[in-house]
Amino acid sequence: MSQHAVRPTPASPTPPGGHLLEVRDLHVEFRTGEGVAKVINGVSYHLDPGETLAVLGESGSGKSVTAQAIMGILDTPPAHISSGQILYQGRDLLGLSEEQRRQVRGKEIAMIFQDALSALNPVFPVGWQIGETLRQRLGMSRADARRRAVELMDLVQIPGAAKRLGDYPHQFSGGMRQRVMIAMALAMEPKLLIADEPTTALDVTVQAQIMDLLADLRRDLDMAMILITHDLGVVADVADRIAVMYAGRIVEHADVRSLYRAPAHPYTKGLLASIPRLDQRGGKLSTIQGLPPNLMRIPSGCPFHPRCPYAQQVCVDVVPHDLVLGDGRTSACHFAQEVRDDRAS
Amino acid sequence: MTAPASPTKVRGETILSVNHLVKHFPITQGVLLKKKVGAVKAVDGVSFELRRGETLGIVGESGCGKSTLARLLMRLEKPTAGRATLAGRDLFSTSGAELRRIRRNMQMVMQDPYTSLNPRMTVGDIIGEPFEIHPEAAPKGSRQRRVQELLDVVGLNPEHINRYPHQFSGGQRQRIGIARALALRPEVIVCDEPVSALDVSIQAQVINLLEQLQDEFGLSYIFIAHDLSVVRHISDRIAVMYLGRIVEIGTEDEIYERATHPYTQALLSAAPVPDPDAREHRTVIRLKGDVPSPADPPSGCHFRTRCWKAQEICAVQDPQTVLRAADPHPSACHFAELRPGV
Repeated sequence: MSQHAVRPTPASPTPPGGHLLEVRDLHVEFRTGEGVAKVINGVSYHLDPGETLAVLGESGSGKSVTAQAIMGILDTPPAHISSGQILYQGRDLLGLSEEQRRQVRGKEIAMIFQDALSALNPVFPVGWQIGETLRQRLGMSRADARRRAVELMDLVQIPGAAKRLGDYPHQFSGGMRQRVMIAMALAMEPKLLIADEPTTALDVTVQAQIMDLLADLRRDLDMAMILITHDLGVVADVADRIAVMYAGRIVEHADVRSLYRAPAHPYTKGLLASIPRLDQRGGKLSTIQGLPPNLMRIPSGCPFHPRCPYAQQVCVDVVPHDLVLGDGRTSACHFAQEVRDDRAS
Repeated sequence: MTAPASPTKVRGETILSVNHLVKHFPITQGVLLKKKVGAVKAVDGVSFELRRGETLGIVGESGCGKSTLARLLMRLEKPTAGRATLAGRDLFSTSGAELRRIRRNMQMVMQDPYTSLNPRMTVGDIIGEPFEIHPEAAPKGSRQRRVQELLDVVGLNPEHINRYPHQFSGGQRQRIGIARALALRPEVIVCDEPVSALDVSIQAQVINLLEQLQDEFGLSYIFIAHDLSVVRHISDRIAVMYLGRIVEIGTEDEIYERATHPYTQALLSAAPVPDPDAREHRTVIRLKGDVPSPADPPSGCHFRTRCWKAQEICAVQDPQTVLRAADPHPSACHFAELRPGV
């Protein structure tokens, strides 16, 4: 935590035993007919082996785009990585050729998506789809790929795996489809799994099953995980650390407990206050005023200032840097300490 | 803004009463001579009452029939069996002018603010459209003023009356949907997942708006959602549905603090709590498997295939949603009891 790079640091090989993944000052823009949307504006985070980092944000905050940049699956155009580095085990992924990146994808870093139904191919049996990676990438024979596919389906706890190999995606329930997708992601035994809203489309009881499964797999296979979500409840359940994104920036970065106890950025504070709680009945919910910014016209200074109850003139004029708070946390707010210590609201 | 409905009516009297409502969708085979080979039992005997000025939350997972229930109440679907009365008038046997009058009194807010607004109509036309069908609700000359009033009531700028839906954000679009529902001054509004498509920071704004409108106009809500925290926040009473049936119904406190049905208990325990410190002292009931298909629900108690308490009787005898000894609110479980140690 203490060695977390807050500002972009000069490119240097990661020290031995260093970070598994490090994103440094990433900038991504979408060049569209209507103008340039600055989707990612200097995102830096890192992940150590076996760790779970939650990236939390609302729609348009850039949380998924960052993940797609790591995976190398951004649609280019319109997306364009204008600067930054993505270091995986010290190697900058952005400097690799497409063929070299293909070696990283799946084998080192794998990804699962929100909507399993559209992520799976409807016209092939799931066993064939899980096995495809193994045949293509590892050169396994059909019989071996089949056998391994059954093992993987067992691993993700699909009942009667051997019998269901020949079934098509539509014959599975939502939760089971998500398991199929997890099995595919695990086929090459990646060291890092990026889960983009893995349970958003699922029901509560099934969501609990899938989050359990992911936690077990992460522990058993010693994977690191980036969990992208908008759900503050899910984050509290599984993550070690959390990065909160707003308008393409990380506005707060902390270990989960300290962040929930005393958020140090007004946006995080506002989010936590605005969710209804299951364990208490409240009166009026507190809200965050206004709307998230248009990414083609991000406000000057701190992008959150038009909605912020703490905003002063300095917030309009000066872009806040990540303020390092004592306990290894950072907050991109001029008044981070005041916000953290202000327990009143 | 003048109050559209008179909020003076007594709170607590029943405004909507639903009795053993059933909707089975036929499963057919063959092209010409469609043979009925089965039925999806989407709603399978649902009864409840909605009181004036209250919010009845309906929770359940996908496929439990909560949205079909909403569509039945709006008469967008024909029920297979059952009765419902709105303010004393039969909801299902009426037609023509009488049906239009009843419909005026009950409106709906849809889940998806992106697809439920016609992209080719201006906001003014969308909100004013109900007046085309019910001209008596607003005389022609006063319609524009009335639409502007409605925009103001839901917190939008009345000057934006000529804008199109795409010029608004998701939260603002949901406000347009709410304004349209309010246009005819209904007494009951059925909200089908009204905030689930919205971002967290916007969700709270819309929930607050719904609550404020309820107080202002004395509205009664049926609030359908899968988010248990949102439902607890907004509801006075809550019905929990599973596979087409209400398995437990009670006040917000009875359901969230003293649930006696195992499904309710499992559902509540599985909901993630935004508090990392709760991780340790929270015991989650892990349900096995998935919800069975409503085309082929289990015999007896529909929940028995996933229930850890299931006994022989559960497969044979259908538990009724009646008062149980464990806590005096209706629960459909032979072995209803409070969850120990919680």
